[in-house]
Amino acid sequence: MIRKTVANVNEALEGVQDGMTLMLGGFGLCGIPENAIAQLVALGVKDITCISNNAGVDDFGLGLLLHKHQIKKMISSYVGENDEFERQMLSGELEVELTPQGTLAEKCRAAQGGFPAFFTPAGYGTEVAEGKETREFNGKMYVLEEAYKADFAFVKAWKGDEAGNLIFKGTARNFNPAMCGAATITVAEVEELLPAGSLDPNQVHIPGIFVQRIFQGENYEKRIEQRTVRQRN
Amino acid sequence: MLDKNGIAKRIAQEVKDGYYVNLGIGIPTLVANFVREDIDVEFQSENGVLGMGPFPFEGEEDADIINAGKQTITTLPGASFFDSALSFGMIRGKHVDLTILGAMEVSQNGDIANWKIPGKMVKGMGGAMDLVASAEQIIVAMMHTNRAGESKLLKQCSLPLTGVGCVKKIVTNLAVLEITPDGFLLLERAPGISVEKIKEATEGTLIMDGEVPEMKIA
Repeated sequence: MIRKTVANVNEALEGVQDGMTLMLGGFGLCGIPENAIAQLVALGVKDITCISNNAGVDDFGLGLLLHKHQIKKMISSYVGENDEFERQMLSGELEVELTPQGTLAEKCRAAQGGFPAFFTPAGYGTEVAEGKETREFNGKMYVLEEAYKADFAFVKAWKGDEAGNLIFKGTARNFNPAMCGAATITVAEVEELLPAGSLDPNQVHIPGIFVQRIFQGENYEKRIEQRTVRQRN
Repeated sequence: MLDKNGIAKRIAQEVKDGYYVNLGIGIPTLVANFVREDIDVEFQSENGVLGMGPFPFEGEEDADIINAGKQTITTLPGASFFDSALSFGMIRGKHVDLTILGAMEVSQNGDIANWKIPGKMVKGMGGAMDLVASAEQIIVAMMHTNRAGESKLLKQCSLPLTGVGCVKKIVTNLAVLEITPDGFLLLERAPGISVEKIKEATEGTLIMDGEVPEMKIA
């Protein structure tokens, strides 16, 4: 067994520097690496490029990094629900690259799986395709999209073991699996870190080979963005 | 004239037994409430769930189980969770049978714009560009005119496009229309709405094939 455990979040983020490109898992506030984000705020690293489907809300998630002006560029598919983000974008303080959601996921998976690029129909004929190679296959037009290159990927899983194997829960899975192994160093934080042998190998979603560092996170808030319920009859 | 629930009710008639369906945010989400109970349908949410159920009862919300609108949801028997890359594989690979989404503008050749108003609103396309580029069947649910009273059914879209030549059918508060090579084909009128009124509210070319029946909404 190759051990991937680190003692805490400080060790987990060792080597993160100004100007780096970081991938962060999560959809909205669901399945975000809360501990890694808090540590990025504490470290005060600047000029970072974040690849993340969303940009958090004003006072949580990546919104915490935006608030401290630590992000130079944001690569996302959807950035609503965040006034500070909008302000920084419109004033030109923040560079924003909007990417179709499926393309964003696939650019991560391509990096993970060793593909330099792929063709997708998403965005053909729109401003997303401007300046990109297009090609026809079987009578339909496709856009060439390149794999991401990132220094760190921060992911959040439900359970993990010392070997770095991961299991996700519900829709908190989202972008986390595709980001594992898509950066030079993948850091996984888990709600429950278990000894090797505790997870059924049949149930592992992401094998430890894609993870360089794993630690047990603390104090998960798991904030709900749109709490929606129905009445009992 | 239909309200949002009326539009959703009419679209629900397009949902057939055995369909996997992706519902966008807004009016499309309401469609799930009106699908016939004697057919089997599974709803997909692109953030990674198939077999979506109703909203949870108060106190039973789970922060780890949400839909693409970030609302708390439940799952039905037979449901599954998956990652975003696999989710868009379902969409891109045409395994999802029907996509229902909202729009700011639709042109008579089936172009759709729904993600950006330059200088005013930039929230992003989310999964919409992937959905419209791949789905075999796309139904747009929207109001016929915008808040300023201007037509949303145009000869050409004025806003940045989400996809080109992809919309097949449109259900608005006034009408059901189909995209054809000759323009918007008026299929049905909303209860009490005249052809004249629909013509007035449609900037693009509107064509008819004989008498236009009124929608039947239970």
